[in-house]
Amino acid sequence: MSAVTVPKADGGVVLTLLRAREIGIALLIALVVLVTALHNSHFVDSNSVQQLLSGAALIALLGVGETLVIITRNVDLSVGSVLGLSAYVVGDLFKYHHIPVWSGFVIGTLVGVAAGTLNGFIVTALRVPSLVVTLGMLYVIRGIDGVIVNGDRIDPESIPNAFTAVGYRTLFGIPWLAIIVAVLVAVAGFAMRSFRASRDLYAIGSNPDAAALAGVPIQRRVFSAFLISGTLAGFAGALFLALHTQIDNSGGIGYELSVVAAVVVGGVAIFGGSGTVVGAALGALLLNTINQALVASRISAFWNQAIAGALLLAAIAFDRWLSLRVTKSLRSAEGAHREL
Amino acid sequence: MSSDLATPATRKDASAAKSSGAREPVWRRAARWETGLVAVLIGVLLWASIKSPTFTDPSTAFYFGVNTGYIAVMALPMTFVVMTGEIDLSVASMLGLSASMVGYLWHHGWNIWAAFAVALLVGVVGGALNGVLVARFGLPSIAVTIGTLTLFRGLAEVLLGSLTIPTIGDRQFPQWLTNIGVNSIPGTQVSWSMLIFIVLAVIFGVVLHLMPLGRAMVAVGLQPEAAQFAGIRVKRMKFWLFVLSGLMSAFAGILVTLQQASVSYNVGNGLELTVVAIVLFGGVSIFGGRGTILGVVLSVAIVGSLQMALTQLNVSSDKQNIVTGVLLLISVIVPNGGEALRRAREFVRRRAAHEPG
Amino acid sequence: MATPARLVLEGATKRFGSVVALGEGAITLYPGEAHALVGENGAGKSTLVKILGGVYRPDSGTLTIDGTPVEFGGPADAQAAGVAIIYQEPSLFPDLTVAENIFMGRQPLGTWRRIDRRAMERRSREIFTRLGVQLDPSRPARGLSVADQQIVEIAKALSFNAQVFVMDEPTAALTTVEVLRLFDVIKTLREHGTAVLFISHRLEEVYACCQRVTIMRDGRFVRSVGVAEISIDEIIRSMVGRDLEALFPKTETAPDEVVLDVQGLTTEGVFHDISFSVRAGEIVALAGLVGAGRSEVARAIFGVDRRDAGTVRVSGRALANGDARAAMAAGVALVPEDRRQQGLVMDLGIDQNVALASMAKLRRGGLIFRSSERKLAATWAERLQLKYGRLRNPVSTLSGGNQQKVVLGKWLARAPRLLIIDEPTRGIDVGTKAEVHRILDGLVSEGTAVLMISSELPEVLGMADRVIVLREGRITAELSRAEADENSIMRAATGQNAEIAV
Repeated sequence: MSAVTVPKADGGVVLTLLRAREIGIALLIALVVLVTALHNSHFVDSNSVQQLLSGAALIALLGVGETLVIITRNVDLSVGSVLGLSAYVVGDLFKYHHIPVWSGFVIGTLVGVAAGTLNGFIVTALRVPSLVVTLGMLYVIRGIDGVIVNGDRIDPESIPNAFTAVGYRTLFGIPWLAIIVAVLVAVAGFAMRSFRASRDLYAIGSNPDAAALAGVPIQRRVFSAFLISGTLAGFAGALFLALHTQIDNSGGIGYELSVVAAVVVGGVAIFGGSGTVVGAALGALLLNTINQALVASRISAFWNQAIAGALLLAAIAFDRWLSLRVTKSLRSAEGAHREL
Repeated sequence: MSSDLATPATRKDASAAKSSGAREPVWRRAARWETGLVAVLIGVLLWASIKSPTFTDPSTAFYFGVNTGYIAVMALPMTFVVMTGEIDLSVASMLGLSASMVGYLWHHGWNIWAAFAVALLVGVVGGALNGVLVARFGLPSIAVTIGTLTLFRGLAEVLLGSLTIPTIGDRQFPQWLTNIGVNSIPGTQVSWSMLIFIVLAVIFGVVLHLMPLGRAMVAVGLQPEAAQFAGIRVKRMKFWLFVLSGLMSAFAGILVTLQQASVSYNVGNGLELTVVAIVLFGGVSIFGGRGTILGVVLSVAIVGSLQMALTQLNVSSDKQNIVTGVLLLISVIVPNGGEALRRAREFVRRRAAHEPG
Repeated sequence: MATPARLVLEGATKRFGSVVALGEGAITLYPGEAHALVGENGAGKSTLVKILGGVYRPDSGTLTIDGTPVEFGGPADAQAAGVAIIYQEPSLFPDLTVAENIFMGRQPLGTWRRIDRRAMERRSREIFTRLGVQLDPSRPARGLSVADQQIVEIAKALSFNAQVFVMDEPTAALTTVEVLRLFDVIKTLREHGTAVLFISHRLEEVYACCQRVTIMRDGRFVRSVGVAEISIDEIIRSMVGRDLEALFPKTETAPDEVVLDVQGLTTEGVFHDISFSVRAGEIVALAGLVGAGRSEVARAIFGVDRRDAGTVRVSGRALANGDARAAMAAGVALVPEDRRQQGLVMDLGIDQNVALASMAKLRRGGLIFRSSERKLAATWAERLQLKYGRLRNPVSTLSGGNQQKVVLGKWLARAPRLLIIDEPTRGIDVGTKAEVHRILDGLVSEGTAVLMISSELPEVLGMADRVIVLREGRITAELSRAEADENSIMRAATGQNAEIAV
């Protein structure tokens, strides 16, 4: 009997390596904060921190849904448009129909549910590539948004104070918004590890054929991923309105790319199968921190985007390098033992 | 042995996706799609002529060219890139970077031609960056070009900041050049950018359909491994296609700068999605290997004239967005919808066959 | 045998269009036995396996498990009935852990329907212990060797109490040590009353691990017999069962100058220090077991893969490393192993596939016209007696044999000096096989050098002027036509004493 085995220690090392992605991002965030704070003590003012956390929270929330979708080897490019539409619809209802505060969140979420259902239906029932479908939906929803807005704009005075409170209130100095999102990320992170249905998502992205053989209901699961992504984008729209307290037809433009960037920086493989929502949320936080840090460092704000782009490229390249290394180490550990 | 579990599965997956749509000869499908596009185009033209009294004015053709030409120029290399199974989402940002580079150098007193040359060089370098990351390092092009999309636009912002060139005190761009945004080619209603697009479309069409390079692109898009075994240098080809895409986008940036006679860093923001929409609506498969330049040209004509008509009819840009989105959805749902229907029918029939037994 | 059969398949047939893949398949498996299924490529073994696995529905025939007739609508049905298929290269979820791979969709649950990871890993470890192997359930499947991937598949099957294991050429890609471990696992399975159907091309393995053997030929059941009652020669005769002369036309030629000269070719971890030459007018066969590195050598010579060391000369000119275009320019052609993935672009027309490697020749003023492609294709279609509807039809509409002719036409159109052909007749019906062999023979008579890779011994023996045998990436023998026989080749290929095989 040959002992073809990998000792526990090696498995541990590999897991640490993989988990290091989240730790690494967290460390990077800490580093950016530290360096910037040394240059500019205002950076760690509660005000800037709150601003930073709130901004990152929205992207992180969208990132949760996007992570689910990307894990299944799909992509949802419509999230920015859905957020914009949801935010405006809620604002509109506040302004002209004086709906109760709580219903603002419900209605915003329902807008997202509708969009997610439509995306999921087209992708799974008609088996159409999601990149194209959600790209089309990006336009369609943005267009519908514009038609509804019709040049109008919702101003802060039209929105109930109790609603915008969600955007500016804090608890122990942490914005409500960030707490809400953090709780959602934690719940999603837990669920993605702990339930059969969520493990199915990983299986689908990791090896669709094998998933089908294992009896995974692929279309149903992919549909759910799109539904959740849409739902969260709708909810994020309501939060967006609460945070910015005003909205026209431009809410959330370009968010889709920021979200994909955050998710990829957060270690979710763009071709599916691996990654965590916690990583994606940290990715969002990192990108936002860097943005804010650039502002605080009095480096011209004009550099923000360029640096974000370079960082994204570095993240993708690093991810590739890491996965090659992991594969190699897994293999060689085994090879060494086969010699025995 | 292949212990990289992901690779075989991915490959199988992709080929399965391809073969499912391949019951019929490629040419017949393509021919049908283009026939459909011609019908749509005729429909759009008729509808626009009836609805909009100004649509039949000769100047419509000119403004169509001005508004569409520079976008269409980017659709051609995008067609090549998508044909090989990749995508370049950085085109509009490269357009912005190139335009900003021209503006920046002009602002600093450079000769216009030298500024153009540098802008084109920037296009080549940016395209090469995409190409290296995708072809050499094997990174997914969608992720890479989302990254360079941000990077290029960011660099454009670094160059110009909030300036619009020419600013007060700057020289104006040479008028005989900026005239391409005002005057058509003498004796016609064709804009210069449209003429450039037509010439380029012919060249790209010949390359794609009548030259070994085009055949190779089709083979790479359909089955990269088989292409490699036929002696096609897959990586090298992809690299150069990204360079070409960067170069053409930079060129489009110069065109748009001249047409508008001014430039700010955010010029062409978000156009990458329009370009992709045009290419896909033109019948180019997102999986690669299928599509024609004729289809893309028709798609340009449809999208462009629809936009003209809607603008003339004072239809908001929002509704135009809806139209673009719906066109994009149609372009994938119609071919796949047939598949879905057939699958459903097959399913029912099999069920029926089982009932007795 | 007194015990009732676990699984009985009778009179199974399967057609694909006009091709009969399985004429009359039959097999009976008893609990606690390892049963070998042997036959040449194309004998219908894989079709039979796919029927047992619920992948194909047979056109006719009955399947009985433990006395109850069953009908499989899909792989899930087979799984539910306790039939597990272990493929040569299992397809796992690389991103998930070994334990999750085993329990995907059936993970043990704790409170609130949470996945109980600890229980999952414990149960995985229990299964591994039962199998007598050591594998860490918490490591990701990415990077597992093929042998370990098979173990994971076997563990998965055990986790849902499979009673029948069908192993489709499991040893093809394993090292000797790994094969022995697999045999131990099979033995354990048998001791638990499981029936194992074992498919292998290595007949000595049949004797080493199986009790009975079923022989198939041309899609039909030939005979089922205890391994003790049949000699290896008899098995081979039953497998081949036809006149080899007609199938392998061989014109005597006098080899001319050296066309291909390979020196010290090495790719780390794949093959090592490969040196040989091929002369004009001779067929040199690269023999060896699947996984011995034969195809990889071919790919490195052609330049599709890069080599780590060594030189390749064609007619005296050194070929650049990793440059297929240069190899083609020097007159090398490669008909690859995997026709559907590597040899052809399945969605392109017959004409475009034939023309794909001859672009430079067909170019007129830099342009390629479909008419010139069609003309070239028509020439070769006629010469190779291709059966087709229209030349513009996608090559995917052709049968396997005709597809192979298209690949051949594509390369012969370049008039190569050296033709490398990997598994020339895999998955091809007997009639077309002979045609392909005649084409090869004709080429050699005209002075082409041919390097042939084949897993079919009769083909190697029938066609080759010289045989080079590879084992685990190294050349272990170079045999002349006179020296080469089943014994000498198998001995060099397995590195084992031929006594097992006699």
